[in-house]
Amino acid sequence: MAEPAVIEVKDLSKHYGSVRAVDGISFCIAQSTTCALLGGNGAGKTTTIAMLLGLLLPTSGQIRILGEDVPRYRQRVLPRMNFSSPYVDLPQRLTVAENLTVYARLYGVRHVWERLAALGRDLDIDAFFKRPYGSLSAGQKTRVALAKALLNEPEILLLDEPTASLDPDTADRMRRILTDYQRRSGATLLLASHNMSEVERLCDQVIMLRTGRVVATGAPRELIRRYGRKDMEEVFLDIARGIQSGEVVE
Amino acid sequence: MNGISAHRIGALALRYLYLLRSSRVRIIELAYWPTVQMILWGFITRYLAGHSDVLNQATGLLLSGVLLWDILFRSQLGLSVVFFEELHARNLAQLLISPLQPIELIIALMAISLVRTVLGVGIAVLLAIPFYGFNLFSLGLPLAGFFLNLLLMGWAIGLLVSALVLRYGMGAESIAWAAIFALAPLCGIYYPVATLPGWLHPLAWALPASHVFEGMRAVLLDHTFRLDFFLQALLLNVGYLGLGIGVFLATVHKARERGSLLQSGE
Repeated sequence: MAEPAVIEVKDLSKHYGSVRAVDGISFCIAQSTTCALLGGNGAGKTTTIAMLLGLLLPTSGQIRILGEDVPRYRQRVLPRMNFSSPYVDLPQRLTVAENLTVYARLYGVRHVWERLAALGRDLDIDAFFKRPYGSLSAGQKTRVALAKALLNEPEILLLDEPTASLDPDTADRMRRILTDYQRRSGATLLLASHNMSEVERLCDQVIMLRTGRVVATGAPRELIRRYGRKDMEEVFLDIARGIQSGEVVE
Repeated sequence: MNGISAHRIGALALRYLYLLRSSRVRIIELAYWPTVQMILWGFITRYLAGHSDVLNQATGLLLSGVLLWDILFRSQLGLSVVFFEELHARNLAQLLISPLQPIELIIALMAISLVRTVLGVGIAVLLAIPFYGFNLFSLGLPLAGFFLNLLLMGWAIGLLVSALVLRYGMGAESIAWAAIFALAPLCGIYYPVATLPGWLHPLAWALPASHVFEGMRAVLLDHTFRLDFFLQALLLNVGYLGLGIGVFLATVHKARERGSLLQSGE
């Protein structure tokens, strides 16, 4: 039996004057799946994620997450979600432990120190718990940001380029952590990424955006087959350049 | 050895000029402080020149005025500067995707403002005892009423300023420092409202702080606590604080419409 949809988006639009950042997109994401939101720069990925988080109000359309209408009742779902992005920072002068403690309390985590210790071990960040967040390298910051995103053991985890700025070894560990977390918790993951091998490895479902519209959806293998390409990198290039599936390109 | 480079210094100076040019607020700010100080001390001089009896108690009046004024100043800064730190740290988006509600953010800002005000002003109040032999606590119980009203007014201004910066960006940050000083000459910190020109009286009486400072003078000069001043200040504060909270919440809502929360601080 198919898992129920935990993210339902219907005719969602966000317009800034005459600019249509997101233009009537619809999709569903089933529980316990890992879904990639793909598209070139300006395709509407970040706008879509910001609307899912309730950080941005849609011009029109519906968003239901875990059965709740997000624009109206975001406070009901936010405790069950979390988000990580290398482009959204944490206070620089606070130590890693202080930052995580603040967010653990914001998310109502019960046994804060136990949770921090577990995340410290899993993400290998306990060595710099006492260091100011601002003194960390980009890769270390990304791991701390992921720790912050896993604090409340979210049912839905939104990730904006989760392995950006990480070296291949650390990126690989991060992907394993995410896979393990998803398997263990049954969480639903939605990630925006430009790393197509990561998408092939992690994701069950792909939603391709171009100029604010959904132009293709499906499993990575299905899309590769449909576009007659050897990997998602080539499928991405086809879609970003506006080439339709089945179209022969010389 | 690398010497000092006039080219690099010039380049950096140019960068600062570009920054200044990009914000009208910063340009206005250049002339702002000297003007406000000049006005403020002009009124003080005028008041003291005409009241020789007051000169006997000048130390108490001036120090009480300075310290109570600092409660207002610190409570406003304690709220808005902490909010700006969230913007500088690009942390506001993280906060607003957490279960934290905007009203909770406001309350937290108020709480930290209270702590910062008590710490900041408390030290000055204690130092005034050995330095000048002046104890602000000699105002007695009315001090609690003055403190409450100044704190509330500081929060109201702090919220309005924070909303302005959220709407117009960090270029408007200097308003946080300027806003409260714009009101200083009207508040009658060091002189009664009657010292001001008549056409400024309605404006002065519209400010809760004016009632507080008149109340302070009543305690120091007449040894009476004016309940009417206290209640008028409180009533005005309820209105201003309601306005501050409403404008702040509306600005956060507007930022969610405009999509500026992700970019805030940049």
